Amino acid sequence: MLKVDGLSVLFRHRHGATTAVEDVSLDVARGEIHGLVGESGAGKSTIGAAVMGLLPAAGEITSGALTLGDTDLRALSAVEAHRLRGKRISMIFQDPQTSLNPLMTVEAQLVETLLAHEDISVDEARARAIALLDEIGIADAATRIRAWPHQFSGGMRQRVVIALALCTNPELIIADEPTTALDVAVQAQVLDLIRRLATKRGVGFILITHDIGVIAQVSDRVTVLRGGRVVEQGPTARVLGQPGQPYTKALMAAVPPLDRRLDRFRLPRVEGEREVPGSADAAREAEDWLMAGTGTGPGPALEMSDVTVRFRGERRGIFGARENFTALDTVSLSVRPGTVMGLVGESGSGKSTLAKVVAALVRPAEGEMRLDGAVLPPMGARRRSDPSRRIVQMVFQDPYSSLNSRHRVIDILGEPLWLYGLERDAGRRARLARAMLALVGLDATAAERHPHQFSGGQRQRIAVARALLSRPGLLLCDEPTSALDVSIQAQILNLLKDLQARFGLTTLFISHDLAVVRQMSEDIAVLKDGRLVETGPSETFFAGPAAQYSRDLLAQTPAVRFGMEAG
Amino acid sequence: MPERGRLARLMRSEGVWLFSRSPAAILAAIVTVLIVAGALMAPWIAPTNPYDLASFSLFDGLLPPAWEEGGDPRFLLGTDDQGRDMLSAILYGARLSLSIAAMAMAVALVLGVGLGLAAGYLGGRFDAVVMRIADVQLALPAILTALLIDGISRGLLPRDLHDDLRIAVITLAIALSLWVNFARTARASVFVERQKDYVQAAIMMGQHPLRIMARHILPNIVGPLLVIATVDLASAILLEATLSFLGVGLPADSPSLGTLIRIGMQYLLSGEWWILWMPTVFLVVLVVAINLLGDFLRDLFNPSLR
Amino acid sequence: MVGFILKRLVQSVFVMLAVAFLAFSLFRFVGDPISQMTGVETSLEDQARLREDLGLNDPYFVQFARFTGDMLRGDFGYSFRTREPIGEMLLSRLPATLELGVVALLVSLVVGIPAGVYTALRPRGILSQTILVGTLIGVSIPTFVIGILLIFLFGVQLGWLPTFGRGGTVEIGWWRSSLFTAEGWRSLVLPALTLGLFQLTLTMRLVRAQMMEVMRTDHIRFAIARGVPWRSIRYRHALSNTMIPVITIIGLQFGGVIAFSIVTESVFQWPGMGLLFLESIRFVDIPVMSVYLVVIAFFFVLINLLVDLLYVAIDPRLRVRESV
Repeated sequence: MLKVDGLSVLFRHRHGATTAVEDVSLDVARGEIHGLVGESGAGKSTIGAAVMGLLPAAGEITSGALTLGDTDLRALSAVEAHRLRGKRISMIFQDPQTSLNPLMTVEAQLVETLLAHEDISVDEARARAIALLDEIGIADAATRIRAWPHQFSGGMRQRVVIALALCTNPELIIADEPTTALDVAVQAQVLDLIRRLATKRGVGFILITHDIGVIAQVSDRVTVLRGGRVVEQGPTARVLGQPGQPYTKALMAAVPPLDRRLDRFRLPRVEGEREVPGSADAAREAEDWLMAGTGTGPGPALEMSDVTVRFRGERRGIFGARENFTALDTVSLSVRPGTVMGLVGESGSGKSTLAKVVAALVRPAEGEMRLDGAVLPPMGARRRSDPSRRIVQMVFQDPYSSLNSRHRVIDILGEPLWLYGLERDAGRRARLARAMLALVGLDATAAERHPHQFSGGQRQRIAVARALLSRPGLLLCDEPTSALDVSIQAQILNLLKDLQARFGLTTLFISHDLAVVRQMSEDIAVLKDGRLVETGPSETFFAGPAAQYSRDLLAQTPAVRFGMEAG
Repeated sequence: MPERGRLARLMRSEGVWLFSRSPAAILAAIVTVLIVAGALMAPWIAPTNPYDLASFSLFDGLLPPAWEEGGDPRFLLGTDDQGRDMLSAILYGARLSLSIAAMAMAVALVLGVGLGLAAGYLGGRFDAVVMRIADVQLALPAILTALLIDGISRGLLPRDLHDDLRIAVITLAIALSLWVNFARTARASVFVERQKDYVQAAIMMGQHPLRIMARHILPNIVGPLLVIATVDLASAILLEATLSFLGVGLPADSPSLGTLIRIGMQYLLSGEWWILWMPTVFLVVLVVAINLLGDFLRDLFNPSLR
Repeated sequence: MVGFILKRLVQSVFVMLAVAFLAFSLFRFVGDPISQMTGVETSLEDQARLREDLGLNDPYFVQFARFTGDMLRGDFGYSFRTREPIGEMLLSRLPATLELGVVALLVSLVVGIPAGVYTALRPRGILSQTILVGTLIGVSIPTFVIGILLIFLFGVQLGWLPTFGRGGTVEIGWWRSSLFTAEGWRSLVLPALTLGLFQLTLTMRLVRAQMMEVMRTDHIRFAIARGVPWRSIRYRHALSNTMIPVITIIGLQFGGVIAFSIVTESVFQWPGMGLLFLESIRFVDIPVMSVYLVVIAFFFVLINLLVDLLYVAIDPRLRVRESV
């Protein structure tokens, strides 16, 4: 149905031009879900945009053929191309929040789309729209259709988006990261819906994503992209289960498995990628310095009792009570000294809030925290000079905003040393900073550079180095790899594992990804809507969770179930 | 060695690259530099000193520019009714206008950014108070504020003192009408930056709030502030000119560009066009140049809009 | 939504009170009212008695309350300079300023908004580039220069239009309007154009910036991907999303119109409130100054409140709470 043959796309910018896509060929049959997978910058979204004719002004297709059925997509005029959109191919985007016009009702948007492509009456269009919403799984469609987009939750909104793409019966729908912004449970439902539509209506899908689990779950065939080129292509089971190319093998080796715990990710070397070793001596120097401070004992035990956090909400009406939002509700947990506790939950479950409470960035309304038995003062009571300021350190989720891009790396790393009085001499501070860089796997020349000159993974390493340079006892990791590509994630997780093995820091590892958590933690705690659902040893949990919610969560997490051979 | 590195980095930086590609920005910069330099060096490069009563005589009055018939090469742009050289008057006038505008803007910047930063960072009561004051200030348009300040000072101070303090009064008046812009931008930027993880990390680590504001937040909000500063500089110049034109700004014996235009307007119907149009063109060209630079800066800091 | 409206109302009242306090302070503390009202001949005892009669010895708070109460009842006191009741003075000049302001604002909106939309949709066309250059210059020329230019062009050189005053007015009740005669309109053109031109360039640039940003949003991309007709994308989807933030700014613009009317009225000798205020500054007529302050602030606050209400009416996100 769709045939892409030797597609190449170029982007012009002030330094010249970059080839975003090179000689890519693929085809999608009727009713097929074709996965387009690759890490960031691989060119997957560009291919989708090129097929739709939605490339930005700087992009141009330099060669290749795009055929939909008998129609040569490249030979169409602008007017014809626009008429084709929606009618025969449609596209949906990642964020349901911004994909819908906030000023038009769902009904208006659906009816308008229908009337744009078909010669029917308004009433007929409305009837079809309601029927479609019903089919998509929106209850009470006839009334809900009059609602505004902001009145729908994230998952429902994405369904509306799918309905909008579907209402004109296109042959092909390009879905660009359609479930990335959704919770696991909702993601499962949406993927299910896509599967149903492909089977029942014969709609072809190009499913663009970086999430291999999603691909494994729902796609029939897959194309693996790297740097704008096709690495491997074929039926999903074959490509993911028995990958032929070294890159694909490395990619699959980096995917955290849900069904077991690895000691370490075995990442084979792929050409073009080198893990910079850094000087071994410098690394040892940093290691010695860290050990000197913390001693050989493990990190402190963390105890949280009945911690409750409430955020002030809006007042309802003039005299109505304030609707406060309870982010954490009497959460009690203990992290054993020198161990990693994984904290999982969906978005809004309160996991980040919990970390922030420990870090004194959020004030708890009630409850108590203790570090090795001594009271850990909450925000407001914790003075700037309190020793816990040094002992508790955090690695944040977004590598792009956790480092001040105006400062040099060496200044960023020197900060904790200076602040906590760990090293008064500027020269020795610089030396120690460089040593720490080596320990986390970065070259010493990185010290003079600025954060924006590094990739996401490298920045996270810097963030870890900064945390270590305060000689911490407790490390809070708030989704430290969620913003990273799969292979980089594996590297960072390996780094964290190594550091944990060497220094025995007590760690609270927060993630929404169960597979990642399984790799990292000895104990696990599950949060839902601010309440602790379950807690216990990690492997026991994964063998069979006690709570129903946990069981559902585990079942809904897309997993690569092809029995990967360790590379 | 580090110096060379930094300079090299600057030369290769995006801003300089874009600048060199934009003829409008280059032209604007050249014009601005010329005018500012000329204005600053007025005491040295102007042919005469228009404030020195002895340097001009009525006999030279109302002479057209040098290239016209009846013009005198001594007075390149002609003379006014008192015999003062237009070129000198314009240069000195520009000097006054620019000094006042720059001072006013500096005051507004320090006041506005200081308050805005503090309000954004500390939040709570302090923020509420500052914002309320800003609200009230915003309910009174700039000209109104400036005029009011002048009126108040006129009422409070005896006549001679008021005349002596004219410049200070006008500077204060303009500064008070401009600070809110800086404050609101600074505050908004602080809100944005404060949510960013690097600030949260600094807070968590226990750094002093002042240090966080100065070292972490301030450098990152320089961009939007610079854009506002350029726009406000143009506004300040226009405001001063307007005040002088209305007769409540600088008087005729130490005229700014606005005053010169006001004097020139008397000659609108008679033939001495140069007394009006010379200072006018000069003023407009200056402000256009500054606005062009402001536009360029805005595009620079908002790459998504390019 | 109700909460939002209430909050804004409270805010407005606060601002008005603050301005009233400023005006009162102005009135009370700048210069001595007694010495302004009496001459040198008045004896000290008479002055003291006057002070007592006017209640100038009462505590400040009481005086302020009286001041505010008087204002609310419409009693604005007397001008130092002309001894006329300020209320009447303002009222007689209000129509002139208001008509000028409204016409100018209309001009700026009717031309500015379409121009902004056009230059946003066709950024590279010749017409767009010309308009953009024009607006840059327009923003840089002070209002009084525009006025002078127009007077020079249309009044002096071409002689088409009158250059000062308000010729041809008609009285409807107490409202003296110039909108009902040809002569009235002819004298209105130049001042309105002067006042409106500056606002026009501001509006145009604002609409352009907003529209360009909206065209880049995800929901527009999605609409394009669905094949929604371009006409609808531009003028239904994009324009409606553009206008929402623009409306607030237009409210602020009205403040600018009032402010710049001072300048315009000065250039054209237009007998409005602005000219009155200017004279009061020159003669340090404090009562007029402080009343003008309050009146302007009132208009400003009122307009902004109305704009906010309009905002709430148009944007469903503010109107309807998230229910699902």
